[in-house]
Amino acid sequence: MVPLHYYLLLSAILFACGITGFLIKRNIITIFMSIELMLNAVNLSFVAFAAHWHVLSGQVFVFFVMVVAAAETAVGLAIIIAVYRTRETLNVDQVNLLKL
Amino acid sequence: MTPNFHLWLIPLLPLAGAAVNGLLGRNFSKRLVAFFGLFFVAASLAVVWTVAIRFWSLPQAAPHTEVLAPWIMAAGFTAHFAFYLDQLSLIMILVVTNVGFLIHVYSVGYMWEEGGFYRYFSYLNLFMFFMLTLVLANNYLLMFIGWEGVGLASYLLIGFFFVRDSAASAGKKAFIVNRIGDFGFLIALFLLIQHFGTLDFDKVFPAISGLPVETAGAGLLTAIGLLLLAGACGKSAQIPLYVWLPDAMEGPTPVSSLIHAATMVTAGVYMVARSNVIFDHAPDALMAVAIVGVITALFAAIIGMAQNDIKKVLAYSTISQLGYMFLACGVGAFSAGIFHLMTHAFFKGLLFLAAGSVIHALGGEQDMRHMGGLRKEIPWTFWTMTAATVAIAGIPFFSGFFSKDEILWKSLSSPYGSRAYWTIGVFTALLTSFYMFRLWFMTFFGEYRGSGSHGYEHAGHAHPTLASAKDVLAEIVVPAEFVSTVMSNIIERGGMVVSFEERGGITILSASVPAAKMVHYEEWLREHTNARGTWSEHAPDQQGKAEVLVRPLAVEHEHRGHIHESPRVMLVPMVILAILAVIGGYIGVPEALGGHNRFDHFLAPVFRTAAGALPAGTPATGEAAAEGTAASHSETIATAVSILMAFLGLFFAWLLYYKKRDLPDRIAASLGWLYNTVRDKFYVDEIYQAVIVTPLVKGSALVLWRGVDVAGIDATANDSADSARSLSDKFRHMQSGNVRSYAAWIAVGAAVAIAYMIWMGVR
Repeated sequence: MVPLHYYLLLSAILFACGITGFLIKRNIITIFMSIELMLNAVNLSFVAFAAHWHVLSGQVFVFFVMVVAAAETAVGLAIIIAVYRTRETLNVDQVNLLKL
Repeated sequence: MTPNFHLWLIPLLPLAGAAVNGLLGRNFSKRLVAFFGLFFVAASLAVVWTVAIRFWSLPQAAPHTEVLAPWIMAAGFTAHFAFYLDQLSLIMILVVTNVGFLIHVYSVGYMWEEGGFYRYFSYLNLFMFFMLTLVLANNYLLMFIGWEGVGLASYLLIGFFFVRDSAASAGKKAFIVNRIGDFGFLIALFLLIQHFGTLDFDKVFPAISGLPVETAGAGLLTAIGLLLLAGACGKSAQIPLYVWLPDAMEGPTPVSSLIHAATMVTAGVYMVARSNVIFDHAPDALMAVAIVGVITALFAAIIGMAQNDIKKVLAYSTISQLGYMFLACGVGAFSAGIFHLMTHAFFKGLLFLAAGSVIHALGGEQDMRHMGGLRKEIPWTFWTMTAATVAIAGIPFFSGFFSKDEILWKSLSSPYGSRAYWTIGVFTALLTSFYMFRLWFMTFFGEYRGSGSHGYEHAGHAHPTLASAKDVLAEIVVPAEFVSTVMSNIIERGGMVVSFEERGGITILSASVPAAKMVHYEEWLREHTNARGTWSEHAPDQQGKAEVLVRPLAVEHEHRGHIHESPRVMLVPMVILAILAVIGGYIGVPEALGGHNRFDHFLAPVFRTAAGALPAGTPATGEAAAEGTAASHSETIATAVSILMAFLGLFFAWLLYYKKRDLPDRIAASLGWLYNTVRDKFYVDEIYQAVIVTPLVKGSALVLWRGVDVAGIDATANDSADSARSLSDKFRHMQSGNVRSYAAWIAVGAAVAIAYMIWMGVR
């Protein structure tokens, strides 16, 4: 059996990758994928704990996260398309109308 | 069984009148406004008379209280909307409603051509409401409401011609000076509440009656008495708070008559008389009342001798007469004070009405140096004024003689009296007689000294004209948007807006403007209002057009151009008051003159405690009792002296202002600075300005405004706002609008939170 901390380590690495991607990438699609990566890193921790402690709530949480992520993806992609149509770019640094 | 007099009707009827005219009067015709204004006061007058007749027919005329509604009930203190009827308040409501109604009638004539007719009657009715509340209140608190209310009405009416700067500031002065006195009154009320727990007359006075008389030294009652005196000094224009009354003459003359002579200013005397129980228990406070009264009487009479404005003479005369009333109260002769209050209401009210009639006849001239010889022109005014003059001067068998003589005699004979009071009082009687006959001779005798004016020349009348040469009455028709510009320009050039009236986008200003500048007006108006200007003497039909039109009224309306007797609506009240001024004294003929002094006996129940509270064994009382006939004998001598003084005053006035007209100027010149000091009212206003007003204004500006307000309070608020702003300015840059920087902040925050949790080992 794989020890718990392996899962957690992998989860942390994935999460860090997600954050890094979120912060350094400028393309909205990439940022979006980074968010998914972070979500799935957290999902991994959930199921690892669930398996370790033999409780189901962690797995239930994962389903919720996946459902929310799916909805978010749908809305998010729609927004991205709308942004692209109006501004003809997906560079977040140029999407700054609210800037002072 | 106590009868129900429905006392609440008396004050509330005029309030209804004030409401009707004040809220709806703008759209009424003048006749309707006058109808409502008179109707409600007449109704109140009718109620007063029924109450008076029923009160007299009561077998035992006991004080009578009617509670209308509960008002304040808190922590053991209660005050009701309740009215109190006894002999004193009955006299007061009779005086107020009768004189008040007559002056309302007179006002219809006097104010007919002024703007704001409805506003005037609304204020006048409002005044009646508050004054009747004041005298009918059964507790000091409700009295205070009336007290402040008459102050408000007085303020509104003094400042009635509010576009005139002097009128507006005279109103403010009256209000503020009164406030100083009211402060004392309020503190007195607080002391009463603290020590007696109530302000109801029928509870406070019995409680005080039980206390010992403070002969040994000043105590609580002395303090209360002195504070009440401060309040009375403000309202009744006594030294040192009298300065507002001469300025109050800026108001319309009927207002001066009703409020600043006959009724409101006597409220202080009424209050002192009402509080007679307190003063009887505080001889020191009583003495202060007498001293204030006698000094004011003398001081104001001296100033009154050197005034040339007819209304100013009467104003100082009013102050002086009020001083007499205070003197009477101060020697414990409250009923004599109230008696003089009543006769004074008749003759001084009439004097002002007659002066108003003179001013009306002369088209606004108030300077007696420009009058003279009017007795043939305006005979009714002359004869009524004569009745009032002889009454106030103390010529025997007219009303003022009886009341003033009563006061003078009491100031000598009362246990609180002294020879000094009597001497000053008698000397003041001489001055009174002198300045009143001076006014009489200057106004009605000799030859007319007013200058002719355009109206006279154009009309070719034999009569001299009303308008003095320097002013012309003009009607200026202006488009509505230029009204304020034109008005400020008129005031700037030394003119005065008399009234204005709006008609469909056009405003007609009536203004009195310097004749010499008339042409410039037309030029200026044309230039600045961009309208086609016409200068026309006869262009009334062009009023409908929006063009500038300056039309001198003095030319157009010739009837204004010469002296004319007032309309009947003004004369009838004057005649009635003249009759009262002549016969009003007979209800209180002193015993030494063969009368029964019924007035004194009628009021005796109210002031009964006064006699009872006198310290037993005071030498004066003993003497008076022992030498009853001797007292009556010396009363005759005292009376003879005061009669002599009255005629002496008449003689000097005749000598100086009728026989040898050049003498006054020579005397004035030989007196030099002394005369100037008197003429300039002893520089009291200037002294107050320098000692009180200027330091107060400077102190307020430098310390309270610049120091405390700007540097303290404002600075605290502004600096904290500034620091908050500069702090936010720093943090503002966090919100860059850049999505990735937001994400970074979130990540940093999350990292910090996680680090903290790991560090602290939180589970």
